[in-house]
Amino acid sequence: MRHVVRELVRGAVDSLVLLGRYARFVARLLAETPRALLRFGLVVEQVYKSGALSLVIIMLSGLFVGMVLGLQGFDLLERFGSEESLGTAAALGLVKELGPVVAALLFAGRAGTALASELGLMRATDQLSAMEMMAVDPVRRVVMPRFLGGVVAMPLLAGIFSMIGIFGAQLVGVQMMGVDSGQFWSQMQGAVERGDVMEGVVKSCVFGVACSAIAVYEGYHSVPTAEGVGRATTRTVVISSVMVLLLDYMLTAVMM
Amino acid sequence: MPQAGSEPKDSCVVRVRGLRYAVGGREIFSALDLDVERGSVTAIMGPSGTGKTTLLRLITGQLIADAGEVTVAGQEVRLLGRVGLYALRRRMGMLFQNGALLSDLDVYENVAFPLREHTRLPEPLIRNIVLTKLHAVGLRGAARLMTYELSGGMARRVALARAIVMDPEILIYDEPFVGLDPISLGVVLRLIRELNDALGITSIVVSHDVREISAVADRAYLLSGGRVAASGRPASLLESESGEVRQFMKGLPDGPVPFHYPAPDYAEQLLGGGPT
Repeated sequence: MRHVVRELVRGAVDSLVLLGRYARFVARLLAETPRALLRFGLVVEQVYKSGALSLVIIMLSGLFVGMVLGLQGFDLLERFGSEESLGTAAALGLVKELGPVVAALLFAGRAGTALASELGLMRATDQLSAMEMMAVDPVRRVVMPRFLGGVVAMPLLAGIFSMIGIFGAQLVGVQMMGVDSGQFWSQMQGAVERGDVMEGVVKSCVFGVACSAIAVYEGYHSVPTAEGVGRATTRTVVISSVMVLLLDYMLTAVMM
Repeated sequence: MPQAGSEPKDSCVVRVRGLRYAVGGREIFSALDLDVERGSVTAIMGPSGTGKTTLLRLITGQLIADAGEVTVAGQEVRLLGRVGLYALRRRMGMLFQNGALLSDLDVYENVAFPLREHTRLPEPLIRNIVLTKLHAVGLRGAARLMTYELSGGMARRVALARAIVMDPEILIYDEPFVGLDPISLGVVLRLIRELNDALGITSIVVSHDVREISAVADRAYLLSGGRVAASGRPASLLESESGEVRQFMKGLPDGPVPFHYPAPDYAEQLLGGGPT
């Protein structure tokens, strides 16, 4: 029993220490942001790597999520005789919730793991040490552009996810199930307000900061071995996914 | 008397006095003294695990000594802040064991990297400097190759070109001969000597390849048990009567450095069935 308590206490202390390290790292990233933005080319390159290269998975997933939403929504709304509201339901669900959350989970799996493994391998192959020896700060030169690239890419990906998702819902609802096209779009236009869109934008920005920070932290601090890089990559996905869902609940509660 | 703003020209570029350093309770250096003469090629040798690479990291400020002094170009490394340390490192070049080339850049951009980070030179000038350095290591024709297209020897030479691109005063090599074929090894050996003499720099080479390093070094230090076991011209170390020095320099499998890692009694362990 005493052993269990000791392990629990140790686990709690370790978690707090990790949280403190994360907080210090994120504070440094935020402090370095203005200077890093001056090296615009490096950030744009990373927006391409984190964003553009994630487009296929984001668009495909958005389409299928939207189509499922169209089917389920139609089935539910038909019971109440209000299938014309499908556009509103799909748009609100995607813009406020599914777009930012699912895009962030996919971002963590696609771009986050790429960031963590790239940085981990740079650590394992002494590339980061070599930069230190060349009097180049690896946080400024390598970590910051990757962090900012993710922060910029994430809201854009969430927006694209939502748009493609709405298209998928329309494909199923209007083209397959026969919902009136005019009703679908006009009800959506009337019911979805700017505040709903802003909620999605805020969420995706927060998720972008969280997922990118977790990925670069885990990669930068990975143990410089093959196993260490693998573990960093796994931790990136696990921690990012849990954080996205936790933050989603907190943000939804605050913005309701 | 030295002019204002310039530091006195000490004959020792690196001076280590009473260095003590431990990791996880294990003492790597107990009281290490070492001098590196300006303009020389100094070899630091010793069996694996004696802390050769650790010593380099202490000299370059990647690690900080527990006690003692590490002075580089007249500045005590431990007292330097981040800015001072980076300023000192700009006067050094370091060749890592595996080259440590940046994998997302090609050969040309790897060599140009320090210039782009630290200077605002116009592109034509950067191009000329990079091609000059690549020519010096015989790889001008490989400028547009990616790092994954290079052999181990070529990667080492590109890293060398990168290490000298800022015209450093001190060039540090960490195990430069590991994994090289005889031709590449000969090329790297020649480059170490020629670059040292042609550029007037000071070279520190960490290696346990006795024959190779003895051919180019002016002075050698043999580390063992956390201290300098012997030092002097490589030829004099080869003729040393000390058991420790002889074992290393002649490559004898057993001697003062035992073949077996400390372990419990062999028979007792086999028969007793205790923990391994």
